[in-house]
Amino acid sequence: MMAEPTHVDGNAAAGAFADVLGCDVTTATLTCAGCGRVGVFAETHVYHRAPGIVVRCPDCDNVVARLVRTPTDVWLDLRGAQYWRIPFPAR
Amino acid sequence: MDDGLTPKLPWRVVRVVDSTPETETARTIGLAVPGWGGHVAGQHVDLKLTAEDGYSAQRSYSLSRPVDGERIELTVQQIADGEVSPYLTGVRPGEGIELRGPIGGWFVWRPAEEARILLVAGGSGIVPLMAMLRQRIVRGGAEFRLVYSVRSSADVYYAQELGHLERDCDWLQVAVVYTRAATPQAARPPGRIGVSDLTVPGWTPDDDPRVYVCGPTGFVESVTTKLIGQGHRPSRIRTERFGPSG
Repeated sequence: MMAEPTHVDGNAAAGAFADVLGCDVTTATLTCAGCGRVGVFAETHVYHRAPGIVVRCPDCDNVVARLVRTPTDVWLDLRGAQYWRIPFPAR
Repeated sequence: MDDGLTPKLPWRVVRVVDSTPETETARTIGLAVPGWGGHVAGQHVDLKLTAEDGYSAQRSYSLSRPVDGERIELTVQQIADGEVSPYLTGVRPGEGIELRGPIGGWFVWRPAEEARILLVAGGSGIVPLMAMLRQRIVRGGAEFRLVYSVRSSADVYYAQELGHLERDCDWLQVAVVYTRAATPQAARPPGRIGVSDLTVPGWTPDDDPRVYVCGPTGFVESVTTKLIGQGHRPSRIRTERFGPSG
């Protein structure tokens, strides 16, 4: 029998990212710096039963984002994505 | 003045209004949220519990109903060794809980969207999909098919309501798939969800339905693989996975 996977997906990290960035990230499109995969944040693999949140590419497992909260700061590491494209309609 | 950013999605304390059993181990909890600005079917909230020593634990819970003023509802499955769910299934009216949300714009259904919708639920993954069905009752014109995988009939959430909806709504088909113990009248032997459960006339890849899959990670991966294998386009499939910790 296969072990139950420990990851969830980008939906589960959306609250923490929205709190810092001020927008919904689940519909943001990320380009993985590891393999070039283009996909929405909601489909990433999220490991969050840890001191921080680790977001990985569902194809190549490259870490596309990390978010760590300390009592005074938030640390964001976004090196693993070449870019984020965030829906932002003109108003 | 504090240096630093203001949280964009602040925590707030909300009151428990009521708590009713859904199954032996799951309860639907009604919360009063003053100033609630509304939400879209499929969205979730984060809940936070903090112990006296400052240790805190957070979990995400899907909203089970569309907008209803300042009242929101969740259904919580109690996980025996969980940190948050045993507390939530024991809360009483009047108690306070820290909440932030609504959260997520991907795993949502809006009444103006899409003509054919296939919903696939594994266990408590039914919750956000139920919000979509309840939204459809009020507004929209889409045809829905729900495939709901549960261990046994005792584990079905919203059983009576789903029965009524299936009988009364010509836009809805419901197929309950029992994985461990089928009901005596069920024609299908118990077993995991298969291709024949997912692909029926009207809901084939040629019909190009929008598909929503919600459940434990292993369930979502398995169902998604089958759907894509059947020819459903990955871009038509939206997924939400939850983990083993409660």
